[in-house]
Amino acid sequence: MLQTPSQTVGPYFAYGLAPEQYLYDFKSLVGNEMVNPLDHEDAITIVGKVFDGQGVVIPDAMIEIWQNDGQNQLFGRFGTGTDMESRFVFYTIKPVSFNGQAPHLSVIIFMRGQQIHSYTRIYFSDEAEANSKDEVLNLVPEDRRHTLIAKKKDSTYEFNIYMQGDNETVFFDL
Amino acid sequence: MSQIIYNSFDREVQPAYLTPEYKSTIYRAPQKPLVLLKQSLSELTGPVFGDFNVGPLDHDLTKSTVKNGEPIGERIIVHGKVMNENGLPIPNTLIEIWQANSAGRYVHKVDQHEAPLDPNFLGAGRCMTDVNGNYKFYTIKPGAYPWGNHYNAWRPNHIHFSLFGANITNRLVTQMYFPGDPLLAYDPVFLSVPEKGRELLVSKFDLSATEPSFALGYRFDFVLRGYKQTPFETL
Repeated sequence: MLQTPSQTVGPYFAYGLAPEQYLYDFKSLVGNEMVNPLDHEDAITIVGKVFDGQGVVIPDAMIEIWQNDGQNQLFGRFGTGTDMESRFVFYTIKPVSFNGQAPHLSVIIFMRGQQIHSYTRIYFSDEAEANSKDEVLNLVPEDRRHTLIAKKKDSTYEFNIYMQGDNETVFFDL
Repeated sequence: MSQIIYNSFDREVQPAYLTPEYKSTIYRAPQKPLVLLKQSLSELTGPVFGDFNVGPLDHDLTKSTVKNGEPIGERIIVHGKVMNENGLPIPNTLIEIWQANSAGRYVHKVDQHEAPLDPNFLGAGRCMTDVNGNYKFYTIKPGAYPWGNHYNAWRPNHIHFSLFGANITNRLVTQMYFPGDPLLAYDPVFLSVPEKGRELLVSKFDLSATEPSFALGYRFDFVLRGYKQTPFETL
């Protein structure tokens, strides 16, 4: 059977896919608290922006984070349209190494202007040794690996996504 | 012993990232080659659906958000089956939908089209497929609406769908269109799909799903990415 073709999420996904975040009167099934930060002392925050090919911050992207390190299976979703700086923000617990891979999160990016969603991964800057041995990072040309590594500042990790340009984020075919 | 490898996007039916006729792709489509990833636990992660608490009326957009009356427009039923390329049904998977109202207006605050909002219609819903992969929504047929892509650009009537499937390789966001819509021939979003794939995005009128004196039925099936089983190499 032939795959159903993908189509863009468009500019108006908010009230359907993230209604509470955008203050619509409809319950969200999932939000950006993959864990409740008040319940988890070791919760981390992941923040970032999505940039287009002109360096402009994209205010209508939707990010999903999927986490499975064999211990926790977590899922979060957040649009970039409600933060003053058009950032995405997620709260989770840091994944652990699993099956010889460095700690990482799977990320799916959706937006107007993308007919098919993009897949990437978030690795962590304070895992240099595990990162150096990671099979997936080592598939990536060395000068592009940094695009997959979130930078740690206190308990927050910053991960910006560049759709195009010299610093274009590595996107995966999976 | 064998290993399951999920198929990639089928480029014969899937749209390209960059389709300049749809102008928003120009600065948003990735330009560098994608890196081929060997699938691991991370990619084969699916949602824990027990965590999703779908409301009892969430599948019926004609009732779920009424304030003081019935929503305006033509009631329709949209139903079908979610399968994978191997032809296997996908049970218990989440489907989310959103759409314009019958006048072609989205509730979304960014939508400035001068068509009326309907206080009794939000235009968002969701449901789970049953054990056989079947789903069914009740809604109002969405209207066409103008957009700024080019002079006199109109989007055909469509409903947005988001599906989860078995894991993140199966994730699908798409749009369902209606049979015989003359705007399809002019829509760069629809036309970005290779010709071979276009009819897969057009629902079929379904008299058998039509409820007498109540609502017209349309059928729309989904085929998510499937998999191949390959034997492990023994060393």
